[in-house]
Amino acid sequence: SASYDLSASTFSPDGRVFQVEYAMKAVENSSTAIAIRCKDGVVFGVEKLVLSKLYEQGSNKRIFNIDRHVGMAVAGLLADARSLSEVAREEASSFRSNYGHDIPLKHLSDRVAMYVHAYTLYSAVRPFGCSFILGSYDKDDGPQLYMVDPSGISHVSTHTHARTHMKEMTCREIVKEVAKIIYIVHDEVKDKAFELELSWVGEVTNGRHELVPKDVREEAEKYAKTREQADSMFIVGSI
Amino acid sequence: SMLKETGPEWLSEEVKTGTTIIAIEFDGGVVLGSDSRVSAGSSVVNRVMNKLSPLHDKIYCALSGSAADAQTIAEMVNYQLDVHSLEIDEDPQVRSAATLVRNISYKYKEELSAHLIVAGWDRKNKGQVFATLNGLLTRQPFAVGGSGSSYVYGFVDAEYRKGMNKEECQQFVVNTLSLAMNRDGSSGGVAYIVSIDEHGTEEKVILGNDLPTFFDQ
Repeated sequence: SASYDLSASTFSPDGRVFQVEYAMKAVENSSTAIAIRCKDGVVFGVEKLVLSKLYEQGSNKRIFNIDRHVGMAVAGLLADARSLSEVAREEASSFRSNYGHDIPLKHLSDRVAMYVHAYTLYSAVRPFGCSFILGSYDKDDGPQLYMVDPSGISHVSTHTHARTHMKEMTCREIVKEVAKIIYIVHDEVKDKAFELELSWVGEVTNGRHELVPKDVREEAEKYAKTREQADSMFIVGSI
Repeated sequence: SMLKETGPEWLSEEVKTGTTIIAIEFDGGVVLGSDSRVSAGSSVVNRVMNKLSPLHDKIYCALSGSAADAQTIAEMVNYQLDVHSLEIDEDPQVRSAATLVRNISYKYKEELSAHLIVAGWDRKNKGQVFATLNGLLTRQPFAVGGSGSSYVYGFVDAEYRKGMNKEECQQFVVNTLSLAMNRDGSSGGVAYIVSIDEHGTEEKVILGNDLPTFFDQ
């Protein structure tokens, strides 16, 4: 990788674009964000590391709202992710303006992925150093989950990673499992303080993406703390 | 001095689809209907024009007002829906088609003089009828338009019942068109009927002498 990694417009002899791979490293080294698609919705959870005691609780959110019906959880460079959330909002807004209804999640994911991909083509810019998960729930199409990475690929969530029984669980049950997973992956030694950010979109919220209410979150955290030492662990759609 | 010759009126008059158009929703689909007269002033320039224009496989629109304006809007939206359905990789919603028509009608409302009624079937909301007059967008159980519609408002208001099935809707449309075509000088010719439901789209023509007759015939 001597001189093949200086710009995104250069291939290495073995066909790699190092700048894109380095961008993915920013995601790998970030704290965890996960989303689980279950029977009646999608639940998002983020292990949000608190870098300073001076920060107010709830600041530097890593879960965004895109339109009313789409949630977006991010990992990697937060500034890059914020900029992309604005791109996603703009796409959703102009779709609604042109076509009169909610943007379908696959289309939104494809559009934002195309935008991310464009930044991997030129030496004048750098790729986005973040991945994000998009989720929504619609009473006709059900819960849907997509993930976009710095290379600009839009991945659809299938059930290949999930244990079957999670598919059948409801949002209320999955919220607790998501909290549990975040608590399990959190490394107490390496990173001290963290805040658990939880949000959901599903039948329970009538298709609107919202942060999980305080009482549900407290119940989930209680469950997560007591089950930390637990048994088997599954991470699905995690980045 | 002599006034300059302006030639026959019909050369300078705008070509209008005088028209009667109607669309009605039933449980599972829609029925659209139109007459076939195109007039330039008092001259009929086309007596067999089909004013029911496809926007997509299961979405049609009915044209009225200026023939050129209406056709152009329909063709533009047909194109936009083609691209849109490829982008989202599924059949477009009727609301999307209606919104596209409305956006053009509203943006260019000072320059255009056409009213399109959009009707069709989609998986999410089944049969839907949208009116887009003057750049508004509203879903209605049925809609009528064109110069002939003034003569049949009373008829449709009195005869419409909720929960009509496809055949009853087709009969309702044919009766309305026939009455309007009888009274409106700018409507006439044959009746075109399009029925759209989950299973497909069916186009029908009813020739003048096969149209239902009323008290004066």
